Order: sequence, then structure tokens, then C-alpha cells
Amino acid sequence: MSHATETLPPASLGKALSWLLRNHIWVFLGLTVLVFSFASPYFLTVNNLGNILTQGAFIGILAIGMTMVMIDGEIDLSVGAILALASALAIGLQDVVGVWPAVILGLLSGTALGFVNGTLVALSGMHSFIVTLGALIGIRGLVFVYTGENALMVQDFTYTEIPEIYLGPISLTAMLFFVLALFFQWILSSTRHGRETYAVGDNIEAAHDAGINVKRHKIVNFTICGTLAAVCGILLSMRLGTAEPNAGRIWELWTIIAVVLGGTRLQGGFGSMWMTVGGVLTLAVLRNGLRLLNTPNYVELMVMGVVLVLALVLDKLLNHRKVT
Amino acid sequence: MQDVILKVDGITKTFPGVKALDNVSFDIRPGEVHALVGENGAGKSTLMKVLAGLHQPDGGEIVYLGEPTNVSNPLDARQKGILLIHQELSLSPELSVAENIYLGAWPTNRFGVLRKKELRRNASAALEALGCGFGPDVRVGTLSVAMQQMVEIARAEAFRANVVIFDEPTASLTDAEKEQLFHTIRGLQARGVGIVYISHKMDEIFDITDRITVLRDGQVQGTIDTADTDLNNVTRMMIGRTLDAYFVKAKAEFGAEVLRVENLTKTGLFREVSFSVREGEVLGLYGLVGAGRSEVVETVFGVRRADAGKVYWKGGDIGLPTPRQSIDMGMALVPESRKEQGLVLMMGGRENTSLPHLSMFSELSVMNKSKELAAFEKYRSALSIKTTGPDQAVSQLSGGNQQKFVLAKWLCADPKLIILDEPTRGIDVGSKSAIHELIAHLAEQGLAVVVISSEMPEVLGVSHRVLAMSEGAVVAEFGGAQMTEENLIDAVSHHRGPMVAE
Amino acid sequence: MGQLIKNVLRRHGLLLAFLVFLAVVAVNAEAFLTPGNILDVLRQVSITGMMALGVTFVVLTGRLDLSVGSLLTLLTVIVVDQHNISGPFPAIVMTLLAGAAIGAFNGLLIGFVGLNALIVTLAMLSFLQGLVLFYSGGSNVNVQNAQDTWFAVFGRGSFLGLPVPVLLFLSGAIVAGLVLAFTTFGRRIYAVGGNETASIFSGINAPWTVFWTYVVSGLTTAIAAVIMGSRVMGAQNTIGQGYELTVLAGVILGGTSLLGGSGSIWRTVIGISMLGFIQNGLLLLGYPYYVQWLVTWAVIIIAVWIDLGAKRGRIFA
Repeated sequence: MSHATETLPPASLGKALSWLLRNHIWVFLGLTVLVFSFASPYFLTVNNLGNILTQGAFIGILAIGMTMVMIDGEIDLSVGAILALASALAIGLQDVVGVWPAVILGLLSGTALGFVNGTLVALSGMHSFIVTLGALIGIRGLVFVYTGENALMVQDFTYTEIPEIYLGPISLTAMLFFVLALFFQWILSSTRHGRETYAVGDNIEAAHDAGINVKRHKIVNFTICGTLAAVCGILLSMRLGTAEPNAGRIWELWTIIAVVLGGTRLQGGFGSMWMTVGGVLTLAVLRNGLRLLNTPNYVELMVMGVVLVLALVLDKLLNHRKVT
Repeated sequence: MQDVILKVDGITKTFPGVKALDNVSFDIRPGEVHALVGENGAGKSTLMKVLAGLHQPDGGEIVYLGEPTNVSNPLDARQKGILLIHQELSLSPELSVAENIYLGAWPTNRFGVLRKKELRRNASAALEALGCGFGPDVRVGTLSVAMQQMVEIARAEAFRANVVIFDEPTASLTDAEKEQLFHTIRGLQARGVGIVYISHKMDEIFDITDRITVLRDGQVQGTIDTADTDLNNVTRMMIGRTLDAYFVKAKAEFGAEVLRVENLTKTGLFREVSFSVREGEVLGLYGLVGAGRSEVVETVFGVRRADAGKVYWKGGDIGLPTPRQSIDMGMALVPESRKEQGLVLMMGGRENTSLPHLSMFSELSVMNKSKELAAFEKYRSALSIKTTGPDQAVSQLSGGNQQKFVLAKWLCADPKLIILDEPTRGIDVGSKSAIHELIAHLAEQGLAVVVISSEMPEVLGVSHRVLAMSEGAVVAEFGGAQMTEENLIDAVSHHRGPMVAE
Repeated sequence: MGQLIKNVLRRHGLLLAFLVFLAVVAVNAEAFLTPGNILDVLRQVSITGMMALGVTFVVLTGRLDLSVGSLLTLLTVIVVDQHNISGPFPAIVMTLLAGAAIGAFNGLLIGFVGLNALIVTLAMLSFLQGLVLFYSGGSNVNVQNAQDTWFAVFGRGSFLGLPVPVLLFLSGAIVAGLVLAFTTFGRRIYAVGGNETASIFSGINAPWTVFWTYVVSGLTTAIAAVIMGSRVMGAQNTIGQGYELTVLAGVILGGTSLLGGSGSIWRTVIGISMLGFIQNGLLLLGYPYYVQWLVTWAVIIIAVWIDLGAKRGRIFA
């Protein structure tokens, strides 16, 4: 690649290079798939690929909301805790109000908490890292208060059958992830709100001068992030049939890893759902592949750490090249 | 048909301690290019910010299309048809050209979904009217600076602007790009748009403008037809005062050479810069913003790296030093931006003063507070700095007092060479002359001094010798009787030096 | 008069609220403000407090360290395991060296390569969790001769009536506080956090300064691991999980700015102790332990918001 930039690349090569700069995650995903296909005969089976999608979809749904917030130049550390609360409410309230009302209340809890986070960030001028760090701790407290430290069990087991709808090997959860990713990619690329997200994340003052209501805008994105965390929590409660008070612990970290791996920048102004889908799938493939190879799970954690730093170094090198 | 689109009538704007605009009046006619010239700090940028809605005036009124108008913010200005094109562009690199043209004012349906076809069509029309060589779908981040500027100008078409204000539009353009820009400006002019053109470059002003309004110290010195005047006349209006009364020049008694720079080159910033300075000598470095002056001295000091060139300290080759090495040898740099480069704003005067010389103010790495306090008190009284105490955060001080602390932090280690980059920018008159006196005093004590300034009277008034820089190269050197404003302006504005190698 | 009350509330509102909290708990739970209980609280906060000292160094430069929780787990496992293998003294030395080395690696990537601190330490968090499992093989480790090793002194001993962990924490705080307030290293840290560009223009080696703050963070976490290992006389694979957040919460609560350049050790000691007293007080009042998390949330938000308000007041007044 360095050779290509030294001798002025022809236009087509330059285009390919610039595509690569923005989509290196898909190259990386291709490579991991290739490696695991050779390494394990079970990897490239329809069944396993379906599994990967389902496993990845949970972090994936969180990552969609996180991407919106991160393109804004903010961060949301509370998604794991919101997930736990929504899942607990969705199961716990079933005896009181019925299945679907409980699900809706669970969803609304995420919406409300996202709104609270966004409002605090927008109105106080505090950094979202602090606001959502507080929320991470506090909302987990809410979960424990509500569940009283015990895992809530679903009484009506038809609840766990709701997500058991498959389109070929693709589960409802995975489908939902892709539909949401598509939808929010459309939001990002084709709506006023989506375009504002880039403008705000890149240069908040220019955005303000252009008449964008930056505060309202940020509140909307935090609300989206909270709501999607609740969606993830409800899907998890359906899949497991229980709501653990510790569900989703450190998932916020996995989510951030997936989004950053995809190429979206913490500084804001840059990223897309495509990148995030790439990051989520890469993460899922890595975890799945390593498990298929019967590597102990510490390898997974260590590989994640290394890959994340490499992604950061790569991003720095590529961007450096773009500037010069 | 009105003969005036926009009339500024008696606008006054005061900032704490400074009257930035004092009863300023001028008008813009349709289809004219109206230059706004003046030295740094004359009030040009404040005036244009008032027009663009970034500042609210304290007094006076803006009459726009025949009616008194209040421009409340930049969006308001844009919608009214007044467009400001900044030196720093206000574009979002991730958005497309079309989306940037309509930034924040995209056509949408009532659910907030972009009407992309309409957006593209309108943007295409605006781009075509300007003759841009790129389409509406390109991501702005992939465009060159000149093309990005065209995107901003396309807003003028898109919003049917009546007034377009250009602030130093050619600062980072090549000659060919400049010609293209002028072509575009003439196109706007032909459609009856009134254009305000702010620039330091006199040849451009005489090239493209119809009238010139000269500002000095926040006041309008006069408006004249470009055809009826010449460079000398405009220069005189801009400066309008005699030098000798203001400045004290150090006695010209020079010692040994302290610093010599040979063929210092950094691709894209400056090339083959050579100069030297002796004990007791004040060397002036004059040039327009963007000429590469600050970059050169920052490289000599060590905060930037050069591609090639040599630095000699007292005759010895020191390679390219780090800031630490420079400081320890006795070099001091009072940087261009005191808030960003000069001071840690939340620290007090005491801590800022000792910052570059921590080892001097400590024993075995433990800070010696009484030494620090002694240095603080010494320079507080020597430079008559107004502060409530050694630990009052310097962020609370006035610009002049802040600058004095930047000086204190370097002087307290008895440097052999002090480089001052725009030492009096944005500070009050009293502090200014105090700093000028200090420069003379330091030189008479045997220090070598380098002063960078875009204010001609200053650079001529304090220096023994002046280098003129333009587009990254030293283009002329003046000493003695040759040190005149006319010569300097001539050197930096007519010079067509080779472009800096890319 | 009204203005005065407003100012006092704004500047010291949090402290007042905290005093009110102390009073309420004290009235309802007699044991609360007894010396024994206070020492108990201090003993509980000594581990997070020790870690918070190093993290304060990092935060003062305007950066973050999220890896300290995992690092605590790893180092506790190491100190306990090595205690069984090579004895207490080599175990402690190894732990300190390992902590400093991992901190140095963070510092290298963040200070010299210039990578984002949040992501780097997040990656380190993940990596160290893996390393813990690799090292321990997934099983818990216990000190075999728990009854008769002098290693017990760090977590369980007492000296002049004061628990040793508290003494370690307080002396660590004093040393850290002195370093920050009176040494050139401390001055460089504040300068880099306050204005990195200006500090570079003043000849300060900013990458080097940042590097050392991470080494300090690794070292204080290593000391915390020694206390932890000695107190528990064993280590589970999850023993430090989530500690990075508690520590950060304490630092923020104390009022050290995440943007860098402003804050201090005594503020961190206060912040961490407040968390400890809130936790202890709520438990004494009969609330379950998780209620403290809710209170922490509220306290962080209110504290930082008030602090911002006070700063705005100072800037614009």
C-alpha cells in the first residue's frame, strides 16, 4: 500500500484506496472469515453462520444506538444497565399487567432513561462520559432495587417462543438487528436528523451557526440509544426466559469495541451503520471462531484487546496519510 | 432599483477595554466589489462579524434593502441574503457538497426526510452557475481547499445572497485558484451582488475592487474609488501616523552573532530561510498572515521539525534542537497565541513564570516556592503587572498583563536570544508601549531579539533590520534608510516568488 | 444575604448535603460516627482509594485509565499465587513490577504513540481479563499458609490501633499529594493537563509526563492488589471487576476535572471517602447495598453540575 501512495496512484487505484480507508473493517471481516473457514470445518456451515448472526445481534442493536451517539461526539456508558432494567421490567411486570404491556413498559423505561441522559448532557454541559458513568452505576442500582438481587423467571413460557421465528437460518433477533441497522443508516443518510448528526459531531459551532438546535438534537440521539438498549434487553429476556440483575454487565464496553472497530471515531463527525455492522460481525466472528477452535476464552479477551489497539493504530496511520 | 443594498450607519462596538468599532459608516452598492482594508486590529473582522450576526452592535444601525435590520445570528443573516465566507471554512467534511451548501436548511418533507432530488437539483444549479468542476454528490472532505471555498460561495447562489463578504479568501490558494476565484467574484458582481472584500494583499485589492474603505483603530478613515487612488495613498490612510514619536529604538551596538539559520526548509510551509542575529540587535520579521513567519521561528525553537537546514548557536552547529535544549541554551520564544501556546490559563503567575525552568526553581526535583515567589515579585514590579497575587489564575487577567507573564517566564532565566511572535497583538496601548520599551531595553543589555509582527509601524519602529517574508520565503532585507513602509508593502505584495514546493 | 446563601450553597452545597447526610445517619444509627465504624469505612475505601491516587495522576493530565479494575484482579491473583510459590517478599516485588510494566505499556501507547486513552485502556481491560484467566487457568487461588504469613499484615494488621491498609492508604495519599503539590513532576502534570500545547512550548516533554502518570497508576493499583490479596488471602477471577468505575466515580466526585489540569489528591481522598460513608451509612440504616449505587448516581450528577456552575460563575463574573 505504501508503494501505491509513493508513486502517484491512478484514479481507479486512488478510489479503491479511499474506499479501503473508509471500509477497512470489511476487509478485516473477510480475512477473519477466511482464516476460520480453513481452521475449522464447522465454521462455514449455515447453522453456525446463523448462530453468529444471532449472537452478534444483541451487541449489534446496542451498537446502533451507540453509533448515533458517537457520531455526535458523545458516548453512552449506560446501555448495559438500561438493558438489564428493561429486561427485568419486561419479565417482572408480566404478572401485573400482561405480557405486551410489560414489554412496552420495558421499552419506555429505556426511552425515558435515554431521555434523562440526553437532557443532562445537553442542559448541564457535563461531559457525556460522566453523565452516563453515573447512570451506569445508578441504573444498575434500580435493577437491583426492582429485582431484589434475584433473577426474575418468566411464568408463561410462550414468551420465550416469541423470537423463535426463523427465515432460513436467520433468527428474528438477527433480522431485527439488520432491519434496525438499515433503518438507522437510512436515518443517517436521508433525514435531516441524520445529516445534523454529522454536522454536530464534526463542528458543533458551525452546526449551531447553521441554525441546528444542538441540544434537542443530542437529546434525541441519547433517547434513541436508550430505547435500543431496552429493545436489546427485551430480546435477551425472551431468549433466556429470565432477567438476571447482572445482565449486560460490561456490555457497554463490548459495544464501544464493536463500534470503534468498525471505524466510527470517538471524536465524532465520522462513521456509519455499515461500519458498525462490520465491526459487530467481526467481533461476533472472532468470538465464535475462537470458540469453535476450542481456544480457552481468555484468548478471545486477549485477541479483542490486541485487535482494538491495532484498529486504533491503523486508523491513525491511514488518517495521517490522508492529511499529508 | 436601489443604488445601495446595505448601509452601515454609525455602528459602535465595545469590548472590555477596547473600542473595536467607533461610529463606523459605509455602504455597499449592487454589483460592486468593496474592499475593507486596515492593519491588524483596525476593526475589519469585528465589522464583518457584526454584519454576519456573530456580534451585536452597541450602537448605530444596519439598513438593508432600504429598511433598518437587526441581524440576530448567522442563519438569520444567510436567510436575509448576507453571506460571510470565513478564512476557516464552516463545512462538514462528511456531508456532500449539496448538503453543505444547504447546511442546516435542507429541503425536507414534514417528517424530516430529505428531499434529495430537490436538494441535488438546486445544488447543481448553484454549482453550474458558478462553473464548478465537481458535482453535488461529492463528499466535501475529499475536495481541495479552493474547491471547498467554492462550496461556500455556492451558498451565495443557493440563498440568492445580495451581499457576500470575503475574509482573506486567497490566504491558502494557488495563483491559478486565485484567478478562478476572481472569475467567480466577477460573475457574482455581474448579477448585481454586492461584495465586501477583506484582504491584506494590496495587489489583489487594486486588481478586483471598485471602492476601498480604510479602517484604522476602529474608525473609518475614508472611502475612495479604487481607480482614483494608488498604493501610497491607501497605505498612508491605513497608517496615518509618524513612527518616531511612538517607538524607542535600542542603540545600535552589536556584539557577536548569537543565532544563524541556514536554508531552513519545511515542505509546504517555508523554504530555504536564512538569517542571523547578533547580540544587542533587534531583527524584525515582517510578512502577511500565512507567510510562514511563526512556523520558521517555531522550527528554530524546536516545537516543529524541519525537513532540511541548519541552526548555529554562537557559531556552533546545533542540528535541530528540541524545545528543552533550546531553552537550556538560552533561547526564549514568546509565541503567537498567548492563550493557546503561551500560558497555562488556570495556573497563577507564579507557576507560569517558573514553568520553562522547573529545574532552576527546584532542588532534587522539589519545587522551591520561595524562589518562585521571588521571581514572581521581581517581574511583577519590573513589568508592572496588575494581578491580585501569585496564585490568581492568569485567565482572569487582561491581555496585556497575560503577555507580561509570558515575557516574565522567559526573562527570569536570563536568555541570550528572545523571539517575540506578535508580542503586542490584541493588547491595550499602555501595555504595548511598555513592551516596546522592554524590547529596546533588552537589546541594550546585549540580548539578541527577533520580533515578528504584521504591524508595520511596530516592526519598523523597534528593529534595526527587517526581513520581509512572503509565501514561505525571505524576499527582501532592509536596513537603515531603506526601512520604510512603502518598501515593505512593495516587497510582500508585489513579490511573485516561486510557490512553496509541495 | 440571599446572595450570600446562594454563593455558599453553590460553592459548598455538596459538602453541606454530605454533612446533613452524616447527621441524619448518625441520629438514626448510633454506631455510625463511632471511631470503630469510621475506621471500618476507611478500611473499606483503602483499596479503591489507593487505586484512585494513581488514577488522579492520569486524570490530571486529561486522560483516563479504565484498565485498573482488571489490573487489580490480575495483580491480586499474581501476588497470592506467587506468595505460594516464591514467598511473600518476591511476590510483592513481582506484583509491583508487573503493575508498573503494564502501566508503562499503557503510557507508551497513549503518551508516545498518541492513541486515545479511553480505547487503549479499554483494550487493556479486555486483554488483562484474558491474562487473568490464562494465568489462573480459570480457578480461584488461595494463600495456603494464611494463618502464619507476615503477608497478612497489609490487609489485616494494625499498627498503633490503626488498621495497616488505612495507614497505607493515608501515607500513600500524603506521598502522592506531596508529589503533585511540591515536585517538578507534579507541576509538569498540571501543566500538561491545563494546556498541553503551552507546556510543550515551555520545554516540557508531555509524552514522557503522560507516560509516567500511567506507571504511577499501575504502581498504586499494585499496592492495592497487595492489600486486597492480604485481606482476602485469596483471589477470584472477578475480584476487581467494576473497580475502575468506582475509582473514577470517586475521583470525579472529589471534583477533579476529566479535562485535566484541575484537581488534587485531597479532593480524591474526600470523594472516595464520601462514597465509603454513603455506602456504610445506607447499610447501617438498613438499606440493601445496591441502594448506594442510586445515591452515587445522584451525587455524581449533582456534584459535577454544581462544580460546573461554580466555574462558570468564576469565569463570567
